[in-house]
Amino acid sequence: MLEVRNISAGYGSFRALFGVSIEVRAGEAVGVIGPNGAGKTTLLRVISKIISPESGQVMMQGQDLRQVAAHRVVEMGIAHVPEHRRLFPRLTVEENLRMGAFHPEARRRFAERLDFVYELFPRMKERRDQLAGTMSGGEQQMCAIGRALMSGPKLLLMDEPSAGLAPVIVQQVFDLVRRIRAEGYTVLIVEQNIQQVLQVVDRAYLLEVGTIKQSGNAADLLASPEIRRAYLGI
Amino acid sequence: MDNRILGGIGIAALAAIPLLGLGNYHLHLLITVLIWGFVYTSWSIMGRFGMVSLGHGAFLGVGAYVTTMLWNGMGLSPWLGIPIAMLVSMAMALLVGYPCFRFRIVGHYFALVTLALGEVVRLTIVGLRDHTGGSLGITVTGVPQGTSFLALQFNDRATFFYVALLVWLAGLALWRIVDRSMLRYALEASSEDEDAAASVGINVTRAKLVILMVSAAMTTLGGALYAQYQMYINPETVSGISISLQIVFAVIAGGLFTQFGPTIGAVFTLLLAETLRVSFGHDIHGLDGTIYGILLVLFIIYMPKGITGSIIAGLSRRRAAPTAPAE
Amino acid sequence: MFDSFLLESIINGLLLGGVLALLALGLNLIFGVIDVVWICYAELVMIGMYAIYWLYVFYGVPLPGAVIAAVLAVALLGVLLHRLVIEPVLGTAPINQLLVTGGVLFFLQAAATLAFGIEFRNLGIRMPLVEFGDMFFSFARILAFITALVGVFLLWLFLTRTYLGTAIRAISQDREIMPLMGVDPRRIYLITSAIGGGMAGMAASLLVLQYDVHPAIGLSFGPITFMVCVMGGLGNMLGGFVAAFIFAQFISVGGYLFQIEWGYVIAFCFFIAMMFIRPKGLFSR
Repeated sequence: MLEVRNISAGYGSFRALFGVSIEVRAGEAVGVIGPNGAGKTTLLRVISKIISPESGQVMMQGQDLRQVAAHRVVEMGIAHVPEHRRLFPRLTVEENLRMGAFHPEARRRFAERLDFVYELFPRMKERRDQLAGTMSGGEQQMCAIGRALMSGPKLLLMDEPSAGLAPVIVQQVFDLVRRIRAEGYTVLIVEQNIQQVLQVVDRAYLLEVGTIKQSGNAADLLASPEIRRAYLGI
Repeated sequence: MDNRILGGIGIAALAAIPLLGLGNYHLHLLITVLIWGFVYTSWSIMGRFGMVSLGHGAFLGVGAYVTTMLWNGMGLSPWLGIPIAMLVSMAMALLVGYPCFRFRIVGHYFALVTLALGEVVRLTIVGLRDHTGGSLGITVTGVPQGTSFLALQFNDRATFFYVALLVWLAGLALWRIVDRSMLRYALEASSEDEDAAASVGINVTRAKLVILMVSAAMTTLGGALYAQYQMYINPETVSGISISLQIVFAVIAGGLFTQFGPTIGAVFTLLLAETLRVSFGHDIHGLDGTIYGILLVLFIIYMPKGITGSIIAGLSRRRAAPTAPAE
Repeated sequence: MFDSFLLESIINGLLLGGVLALLALGLNLIFGVIDVVWICYAELVMIGMYAIYWLYVFYGVPLPGAVIAAVLAVALLGVLLHRLVIEPVLGTAPINQLLVTGGVLFFLQAAATLAFGIEFRNLGIRMPLVEFGDMFFSFARILAFITALVGVFLLWLFLTRTYLGTAIRAISQDREIMPLMGVDPRRIYLITSAIGGGMAGMAASLLVLQYDVHPAIGLSFGPITFMVCVMGGLGNMLGGFVAAFIFAQFISVGGYLFQIEWGYVIAFCFFIAMMFIRPKGLFSR
């Protein structure tokens, strides 16, 4: 479904990615794991065209995203749950969800999608008129995921969904990811919480200092001695 | 070192100008450039630190009107009237500046607050029409023989030229002093990042107040000088938005970040105005403003460093080019 | 003793407040969305007034037609202003964005002088006076007040009930992620500029019924509009709305008790005082 080919990217003179290639097949959940500063967020930002790469290309279902304007990426079926959630704090929950369904195709199916999201997150329905900025971190994460789902995506990009949340809530967030998978979405998830994310995804890539160091089945990576030593502290 | 010699030669050359036997018209142009060059320098002394005032007409107006009112009404010599006007301006600057700087009102907010201040001074002048003549303006009462040192009135343009030259040089000197002072570093640091500046012990509020008050006092002197030279003032020419914007325009055109930029701006605007006047005559109202407006927009978009800044950048690029290492 | 003249000027202040609120709202909308202050906002109003005057007096276009044409023309002017002047400097120092509209102020004011001369012009329409007890109110003012409030209400509906309106409110809260929502910020900026311009055109149609138009008319209510916006908190629409009515009272009652200029001066002194008390606006968060 998504093919990232040989991407190099950065900010100004600082380069965060060096020739990164990954692939996500339809129906899969894929993780990109690695330490802080490895370039994981940059990778997702390149895919959804918040930043443009220096070289390399991204293909979504055979379409080269270089020919797609940044604000049309979401119409291609890619929804991005950004790092730190990035809700609109002074809009209500429902208004945030409405923003997720901004493009014409999504607007047409707004009511249907809203029902779906409220069913998935009943808590959001209770809080529909609350300002998003006044909710707890876990609730905000639900809202951010809900907002991304409102666009009716084929592929969901999630950037550190567990960051900054209490351990109990982290568990809930990963349960959510499982449920979203079960709904049939393809997921590309970026995480530092390696132990947890490898239990949710099918495959994963290990990104270190801007290059892919290792890749494979989640179970194999979880068993890999290097990863266990470097990241899981075992 | 050679800069100092060059400066000396420059000043001597300027001082010799009236001896050349120029006509009154050319002396008038020179005096105008010096007075406005000084006013523009006064604005840029704070404007270069990102403190953009759209209300310097307020200080200009206070300078012109307070001095004139004290002379016309009470016979108080401008030698006393000007310092009084400067104190009034500084008090005004303090009153408006303190809350602005204390509460971190910068950029847009600050510009809008000063804009309102300029309007209020203009409206006050108009409102006090019984004393100021309202929007019709007022004539400075002349001394009988035309020249009086005490009244700061000189029949002879050459004398006034020296007065203006002195004031202008003082303005440039002040610019240089600020440029080399700790105040500059404090203000540059705080225009980049106020929190960071405050955290390394810079009293941002005080530094900004000092520069605002210096700028206000200088502008006031410029306004008073203008009144003494023209012998007639009205609220539109010395106060309000138009004049405040003209100051901004001239400085941006000349160059905000160089010592001579504002003066070049004064030369540029004067040449522009004179060319238009000679080509089209007095009758076409608004032509000069139309062109100023378009030029200001073009300058900001294409040449934000102004004439002098762009020349300096061009020269240093040329100088650097041959020695630049190959990539 | 009951002073019916005082009451009359209080009510007149209220009526004036409606128009000021409309003006402040347009400016606040632009600032909130694009993060730019159109210093030349009142000059756009002036152009709108001339447009109505020209169409109505010279070409005999019926007033409603002239008003609609003027609103559209000023909306277009807003779009042009954004495309030609604001967009080239959007990435540069914020102060450039302010100054560049200062250049436009200069230009519009002078160009109007060039085109229309410095004479004061009016539509020559006599609006009736409305008598209430022993107080008299100008019908034009009442009409302006009602229309302004309707305009404000329609804008509120637009901002809260539509996708586009929600996006306009959202963009000031997080600019960078707007494309992730499928929103093209450039398009939002252009639409906002058109709405802001349209509101200036609407204000023009209300003011041209009450005041003579001349090239410097922008200067007579531009500064007060800026003060209203700053006191309400730049970009804060509710704050601007309330501040508009407070300022209008100062101008109207101050003008009644003293002289019109003093009304402005008092309003400004109040403004300075408020800056000490609530420096970030009436409803600062």
